[in-house]
Amino acid sequence: MALLDVKNLSITFETPDGDVEAVKGINLSIEPGECLGIVGESGSGKSQTMMAIMGLLAKNGAATGSATFNGQEMLNVSVAEANKVRGADVAMIFQDPLTSLTPHLTVGQQMREVLDVHRNLSGAEAKKLCLDWLERVRIPEAKHRIDQYPHQLSGGMRQRVMIAMAMLCSPKLLIADEPTTALDVTVQAEILDLMANLQKEENTAIALITHDMGVVARMCDRVAVMRHGEYVEEGQIDALFHNPQHPYTRMLLDAMPRIDRPHEAAEVTLTQSENILNVKDMNVKFDIRVAGGLFGKKLPLRAVDGISFDLARGETLGIVGESGCGKSTLARAVLQLVPPTTGSVLWMGRETAGLDRQAMKPLRKDLQIVLQDPLASLNPRMTIAASIAEPLKTFQAELSSNERMHKVAEMMERVGLDRNMINRYPHELSGGQNQRVGIARAMINRPELVICDEAVSALDVSIQAQIVALLKEFQTDMGLSMMFISHDLSVVRDISHRIMVLYLGRVVELADRDTIYTNPIHPYTKSLISAVPIPDPRIERTRPRIQLPGELPSPLDPGAGLRFLPSKRHCDPNYRPQLNEVAPGHWVAEHDSLEEIMETEARQLAS
Amino acid sequence: MLGYILRRLAIAIPVLLILVVLSFILMYTAPGGPFNSDRPLPPEVMANIEAKYGLDQPFWKQIATYVWNVTTQFDFGPSFQYKNRTVNDIIAQGFPVTLTYGFWSFVIAVTFGISLGVAAAIRQNTWLDYTAVGISIGAQVLPNFVMAPLLIMFFTLYLGWLPGGGWEGGQWNYVILPVTALATSYMASIARITRSSMLEVLNTNFIRTAQAKGLPKQQIIVRHAMKPTLMPVLSYLGPAFVGMITGSVLIDVFFSTGGIGQYFVNSAFNRDYSVIMGITILVGALTIMFNLVVDLLYAWIDPKIRY
Amino acid sequence: MLLNRNAVSQLEDVPIEAVKGRSLWADARARFFRNKAATASLFVLIALGLFALFGGLLAQYERDFVDFTLIGSNAYKGVPSIETGHYFGTDSSGRDLYARVVQGTGISLMVGIVGALVAVVVGTLFGASAGYFGGKIDNVMMRFVDILMSIPFMFVLILMLVIFGRSIFMLFVGIGLISWLDMARIARGQTLSIKNKEFVEVAVATGVHPLRIILRHVVPNLLGIVIVYATLLIPSLIIFESFISFLGLGVQEPNTSLGALISEGAEQMQYGLTWQLYFPIAFFVITIFAFFFVGDGLRDALDPKDR
Repeated sequence: MALLDVKNLSITFETPDGDVEAVKGINLSIEPGECLGIVGESGSGKSQTMMAIMGLLAKNGAATGSATFNGQEMLNVSVAEANKVRGADVAMIFQDPLTSLTPHLTVGQQMREVLDVHRNLSGAEAKKLCLDWLERVRIPEAKHRIDQYPHQLSGGMRQRVMIAMAMLCSPKLLIADEPTTALDVTVQAEILDLMANLQKEENTAIALITHDMGVVARMCDRVAVMRHGEYVEEGQIDALFHNPQHPYTRMLLDAMPRIDRPHEAAEVTLTQSENILNVKDMNVKFDIRVAGGLFGKKLPLRAVDGISFDLARGETLGIVGESGCGKSTLARAVLQLVPPTTGSVLWMGRETAGLDRQAMKPLRKDLQIVLQDPLASLNPRMTIAASIAEPLKTFQAELSSNERMHKVAEMMERVGLDRNMINRYPHELSGGQNQRVGIARAMINRPELVICDEAVSALDVSIQAQIVALLKEFQTDMGLSMMFISHDLSVVRDISHRIMVLYLGRVVELADRDTIYTNPIHPYTKSLISAVPIPDPRIERTRPRIQLPGELPSPLDPGAGLRFLPSKRHCDPNYRPQLNEVAPGHWVAEHDSLEEIMETEARQLAS
Repeated sequence: MLGYILRRLAIAIPVLLILVVLSFILMYTAPGGPFNSDRPLPPEVMANIEAKYGLDQPFWKQIATYVWNVTTQFDFGPSFQYKNRTVNDIIAQGFPVTLTYGFWSFVIAVTFGISLGVAAAIRQNTWLDYTAVGISIGAQVLPNFVMAPLLIMFFTLYLGWLPGGGWEGGQWNYVILPVTALATSYMASIARITRSSMLEVLNTNFIRTAQAKGLPKQQIIVRHAMKPTLMPVLSYLGPAFVGMITGSVLIDVFFSTGGIGQYFVNSAFNRDYSVIMGITILVGALTIMFNLVVDLLYAWIDPKIRY
Repeated sequence: MLLNRNAVSQLEDVPIEAVKGRSLWADARARFFRNKAATASLFVLIALGLFALFGGLLAQYERDFVDFTLIGSNAYKGVPSIETGHYFGTDSSGRDLYARVVQGTGISLMVGIVGALVAVVVGTLFGASAGYFGGKIDNVMMRFVDILMSIPFMFVLILMLVIFGRSIFMLFVGIGLISWLDMARIARGQTLSIKNKEFVEVAVATGVHPLRIILRHVVPNLLGIVIVYATLLIPSLIIFESFISFLGLGVQEPNTSLGALISEGAEQMQYGLTWQLYFPIAFFVITIFAFFFVGDGLRDALDPKDR
């Protein structure tokens, strides 16, 4: 008998604009010990399905149909009835570990109350069980962590706590709602490994809700694809990935950027001699106020810590790294939005570091930026045409308003927006459409360099693919250079000619796009690449993972810079690993071998 | 934690000093002294009086003496109006009364306000919620000076249940109306803030986690939702405290309770500067102390505030 | 997805039949008028404004005309009646209460609106500059506001009224002095968050002139919240003024405000002249109610949280 059996489940939300049917009569079942992936883009109803089963629907939502767990009805039962099951036999973890734990209770308090409610267990016995689980989810210094508050833990650690808390009563089913979406890729890999182990060891069934086909390929036994509240296709993992029946599934798989099988980058003839941008030894420091002393004290945070690179005309430089690596700060420092503390930025051979606003203004025509959140980067009080026209007003003030409107309309068509939408406001458009507006605004003065800071990260895969294609098209047409910043290595590989890997404000490796994936040398690059899930279950099963010990350190930690060069720590703790050219165009930072790093880390943990 | 308290104090003390100096300057620059009455006094009598109160001294000396006396001995000097009484005497007489009904008003406003708000939020869109919202909207447009006459109209003149004024050493039937008049609108505001804050907290991710853990509803409310709910309530307590202290002036005048407010208004009409200043400074000090307590409560509620 | 280039050149001459978009203002207006209480309150406010402006034309008596024939027989001859022309009856000195209520409503509205205007101009400028410049300037400016806010202002204002004499002008100065503080805080917070919004960053990156950034990007996004708080500030200022007038320290005879009228009515209620209390209270309560509902409606309509 199936562990969870959902029949004809429909969910309707009452909104001021009328009823919205989020889920339309779906059926699904989960067998004991199996991992079912539920995939879909935003608005597909994949999360709401599980929320309804857990009795967590928002107040304006209503569910019909049936969902039985172990033969017991879960849908529309009283809270008391539901509480017998949830937290005990069915547990759930959520997307955002930063907000999913109660901020004013310690980790231990939040864990113990589960045991108290479901197992009637308290005191030393409960504490021991909690500690056991914290250790099983590999939280270092669990004894110390158990008495800490959530804000004292990193994002990955909080998700581990969530998992430990969910596993306390050995549930038969663990529902994971986008559990790794908010996490860095290496942390994601560790969390996924952890969940896979629990599935095996505890024989816990997992319902994994995700938008990422790669995660599905790594984790799941069976997949269900959802779209607009309906099941599109369901099947065993291999069958579905290698022989998708429905066009939507095929589209999803095709649109998904693959790190092992990239799309072609824009075709340009690169002439290395014609570098339009030279960045040399750039440093950006911020003062961060931290606790300590009577009035707190300031610590310098080296967001960018000595980065040098060149960019040729027509070239795309991909910049990847995890949160806190300084990639966004680097972009802003190149544009002089954040003044670099030291170092030089040569634009077309001219020094721009330290230029004031007036002097910088003429250069801004050729330097544009596209940001991550499409809605937030448009002024909500301006029509999209007004937003697109703003750079024209600044740099081609001589245009009549009629000419300007024609240019705007032309550019809107060019980025794939209907010209009739000229008077629309950003809140009336979808995320993908707003991002097209952002791109139109960046392109309207035919710039030389466009910096895309996570420009596609907030979009659904299918939209993402369209935007990347659009950017490439502009590049071929206008001979434009790009700096493409992203945490998503697969997308970066899709669009870039060369790729630069950052770690805590420094370059660890720089090479052309294929070399860096086929022949990575630095251990950090290796671990990053091996952490990226590939949407192909066969490859995922056989791929080796390179795991680095420990957590991603804080940039404020002075010793963090030598994480990959522990042998230098004793001689000079302020030493910065230098870049060496191991092959033409392939630069790698000094590092110890992976074994040595592991050994040092292990020795440190032991002491 | 100690550093945090010290830092708050380091801000509070200068504020108090500024208040003292500012009110002194205001008083000093006042056109016409306290003894310029309708019948002009003979110059030698005037000089005599000014010498007695130290008004013939140069400005800097007056202010230094005043600040020194206030800060080191809590001595606000003699009253200009009541011949043989000091400001301290007046405060000693009126303050306990104000403190008594002020304390009860505050306690009632806070406890009833929070309970009403929480109840309304948990039972959102039920009759309980609608009643609570109705009461709180209604009470918000009935500030103390509207509440007071209406209460007397109803309970004293119409029903004849409760006395419409006086204090009588604080017997319970004399305390009820002042407390109700003072507390109602603040209770209503607190209820409103609590309700919307609780509704917001109940929508957060960590409450969803607690529900998914299968915790009973009561435990979720008390253990998980209560503290974050109180954050905006806390930040309203400062203004509410100031408002109640201010309101006490009106209560004292309207109900003749004999608290400091009555002396304050009398002094205001009689230009008895030293009493006005003394009470203003006292109230300022109370406010600042209260804000300090609120800041400490913040640190208790939010573990992130541990400077 | 994309077009072919020939199509573009052909489009050159085709007029744009653009779809009219709904701006956030249009959305907010629609949402506001969907709120029945707010819409009704808006009409009530308009009616009150007309009453204050033109209500005097209907009065049968000058507001300072004392009807000596009524002295001693106020209780039965001064009752509200259409026949005598005293629609709302007479006050304790035999003056026409209707004319006095018209004037009181006018002064109360004026106090609220002028105070709110001061708050909008001073508070928004102060707060927005603190938020825009940031850093040390922001720190000093906001510390200043913090200090002013921790002083119990009613006492200081009363001290000022005593020292500089009681007049409408001093009342406006006093209300102006405090009303902008909250607005400054709100404007600052909002400016800070707008300044860090990505669309401002993009505008800076595109070389848009700072003045244009302030005018086109910061101010329009600030406006919504400023309007909401200004509307909610008006009733609190009316309450504030009425409080002072109730104590007899505000508007002076022959002028009057709703607070002063309530105070007079409260003194007379024990003699059974209840209309002298009820009419001013009714106008006061309706005014405050209407402002609160309009303010709440505006907040729901303009609240950025909703987006």
